[in-house]
Amino acid sequence: MADLSTDFVGIKSPNPFWLASAPPTDKEYNVRRAFAAGWGGVVWKTLGEDGPPIVNVNGPRYGAIWGADRRLLGLNNIELITDRPLEVNLREIKAVKRDWPDRALVVSLMVPCEEEAWKRILPLVEETGADGVELNFGCPHGMAERGMGSAVGQVPEYIEMVTRWCKANTRMPVIVKLTPNITDIRYPARAAHAGGADAVSLINTINSITSVNLDTMSPEPSIDGKGTHGGYCGPAVKPIALNMVAEIARDPECAGLPISAIGGITTWRDAAEFLALGAGNAQVCTAAMTYGFRIVQEMIAGLSLWMDAQGYARLEDFIGRAVPNVTDWQYLNLNYVTKARIDQDMCIKCGRCFAACEDTSHQAISMSDERVFEVRDDECVACNLCVNVCPVEGCITMEQLAPGALDARTGQTVPAEPADWTVHPNNPSARAAE
Amino acid sequence: MSNSPMRRGVVAGRLPADRIGANFSDLHPPLDAHEAAVAADRCLFCFDAPCMAACPTAIDIPLFIREIQTGRPDAAARTILSQNILGGMCARVCPTETLCEEVCVREVSEGKPVEIGRLQRYATDALMAAGVHPFSRAAPTGRRIAVVGAGPAGLACAHRLAMKGHEVTVYDARPKPGGLNEYGIAAYKTVGGFAAAEVDWLLKIGGITLECGKALGRDLSLAALREEFDAVFLAPGLAGVNALGAPGEDLDNVLNAVDFIAELRQASDLSQLPIGRDVVVIGGGMTAIDAAVQARLLGALNVTLVYRRGRARMAASAFEQDLAAAKGVHIITNAQPVAVHGNGAVREVEFEYTVEDGGKLKGTGETFRLPADQLFKAIGQRLEGAPDGLKIEGGKIAVSGAGRTSLEGVWAGGDCASGGDDLTVTAVAQGRDAAEDIHAALEG
Repeated sequence: MADLSTDFVGIKSPNPFWLASAPPTDKEYNVRRAFAAGWGGVVWKTLGEDGPPIVNVNGPRYGAIWGADRRLLGLNNIELITDRPLEVNLREIKAVKRDWPDRALVVSLMVPCEEEAWKRILPLVEETGADGVELNFGCPHGMAERGMGSAVGQVPEYIEMVTRWCKANTRMPVIVKLTPNITDIRYPARAAHAGGADAVSLINTINSITSVNLDTMSPEPSIDGKGTHGGYCGPAVKPIALNMVAEIARDPECAGLPISAIGGITTWRDAAEFLALGAGNAQVCTAAMTYGFRIVQEMIAGLSLWMDAQGYARLEDFIGRAVPNVTDWQYLNLNYVTKARIDQDMCIKCGRCFAACEDTSHQAISMSDERVFEVRDDECVACNLCVNVCPVEGCITMEQLAPGALDARTGQTVPAEPADWTVHPNNPSARAAE
Repeated sequence: MSNSPMRRGVVAGRLPADRIGANFSDLHPPLDAHEAAVAADRCLFCFDAPCMAACPTAIDIPLFIREIQTGRPDAAARTILSQNILGGMCARVCPTETLCEEVCVREVSEGKPVEIGRLQRYATDALMAAGVHPFSRAAPTGRRIAVVGAGPAGLACAHRLAMKGHEVTVYDARPKPGGLNEYGIAAYKTVGGFAAAEVDWLLKIGGITLECGKALGRDLSLAALREEFDAVFLAPGLAGVNALGAPGEDLDNVLNAVDFIAELRQASDLSQLPIGRDVVVIGGGMTAIDAAVQARLLGALNVTLVYRRGRARMAASAFEQDLAAAKGVHIITNAQPVAVHGNGAVREVEFEYTVEDGGKLKGTGETFRLPADQLFKAIGQRLEGAPDGLKIEGGKIAVSGAGRTSLEGVWAGGDCASGGDDLTVTAVAQGRDAAEDIHAALEG
């Protein structure tokens, strides 16, 4: 049985599945239910300064998009940080940590960009016995208008400055949560690193409008006929999060900066993919909000059984294994030639591959009167569109042409040696092959 | 309830009214919006879709399903109705299991087709419920066309001709229009007076005059119609019913299944419709199934459907056979009627077992008898009273091309005409295509 326990920047948890800072971790009642359900840790929903509580809208806070059978694919929200008094949250954090000492309990924080504000709150959190803090530099709505959240996360200098303040004022590990609403995620990550952050967590939510009500002409979620951009999350954002995690993981300047992955993690497999790209653990929110806390049991069982099957005894055995395979386009092997292959026994003759290729691609699939679909190797550029639109998984595959084989499209023999753009004759700045 | 299923003889009220009501409720209840969305999502939007090729009216099925998927059932309805003006009825009565849904790639690959029929109903019902008639007439042509028969073929022809700007008069022998939609077809397939509502909706196109109670050969002559109108479309259906040719056929309570179904369809209170305790139906097609199942639903205790050949030769689809079995109809195959026994009214029907020998049916000599308070004959209908001068082929009005008969200016379609299956949807296609041909002939 695989060992799922983690030690993430000194914070121990029995499994890598944490609940992200969000509504599910806003109060003691929910967090106790989460721990009872099996979650390895939580990041308590963001605390703000002591003072008059935060005010939320009193209309809808969430918008969504759905797939078949109303499966929730993407969720957005315009909820702000906790709207409960600081003192109540701190008291509850302390009580929960006391009763669940083996679980990770990290507290998310967002106070104004003044060192005094951070100096005031950090000792209060430390006193609860919490395992660490996560700096919320990510929330893209509401608080950003007041100079906090993503307004900080979009300025690397601020990230570095606040991180440094926090490291100077607490013994707790500091995790910096990054916003994806930037052009290059490596800059904020490098800033956090430079400020002394123990880790980064990402992605926070993405600026979004989920839909427009065509009757009222209001964006959704609609508050009295008006809407504002909210933070987008859920399965739809996972590819964006994977890429950003990978960019940091392979950035030499970040040099092994620990990463807590967030972004559409819904199943054990999603989590495993993030870990393979270098994340030390996985934070989940939308999946729990969609299905309830019990999903963590599927995640634990699935990850554990997959690791057993792969022969991975511990998470460290595969964390980061995919990172060396993430590269720049220019280093992709242009001598790797594949062709689509259609398994005629699996084909259900819907013709989607044909329509896609004929109308929108390379006219590389033929159709007979008997609805037999076949790949024309002399036209197939191996774009993979037919694979992606085929409703039968595994029916169309991309098969590699062995070195020495003739590529009917180019009339060239497939070379045995790899060659990328950097040495391609069409590249004006190609290096001479040595 | 005054009677029980056990009571012998032909009596009404074998079941309480609420049971009757439940028994005759929608066989395939309508989809709600979410069910339709889920069902529509299973459609793969196939290229050159087999379902479309299998539809006699060539409805663009992938397109209308995608229109449902994207929240526009009204657009879907237009797609359907532009090909098949009786798309609402066809959604209910088409044997989809042997047409579009049989070749649906989901059926072929998974054994579970996209529910095309129910999706079609979802779309057409929505438009009709909104009272929208999405077609309008072209400028008047001054041409006048007679349509004989207000069944699916006649109505489809009339609508298309009206759209083209012609003036159409539709005659029907019965008191109400609709043909088999109104008088045939099991009640649980077209509940809530849908057949009549659909005709009312169809006539909203305008330019169609309906004259019911006028039969060809009785009140009308083809010669006079040809004289008076620019063209004639014949779609009177098949008025004759085949006889068993067995002694005793003239006993009381030996009835044509089509007459039983018509009476049932027109009954205002089904609990007042008499039915036997022991009912025997002879035949293997849709009419036989519809009669047998409805006899059971009215409370008949024992309903036996007897077909002279094997199961595989039955014209009724496997789905219909299963439906009959599920409703408690006992199906006996390979038995042919040899005599009807009784004193005044039928008491027993005698059958002989059969074997097929090289396609030829022959009796084995072994016989058996079934008790019967009622015997329904459903061994096929035939053309009756066809006007003189029309070429007849295989017992039907011979047509070529889009319903052209041997007489100049006379077209025919539906069950009375040669070619095609005797299905509602086929009749609609023939009526529509004949209208296009008539239009081309008159205006070309």
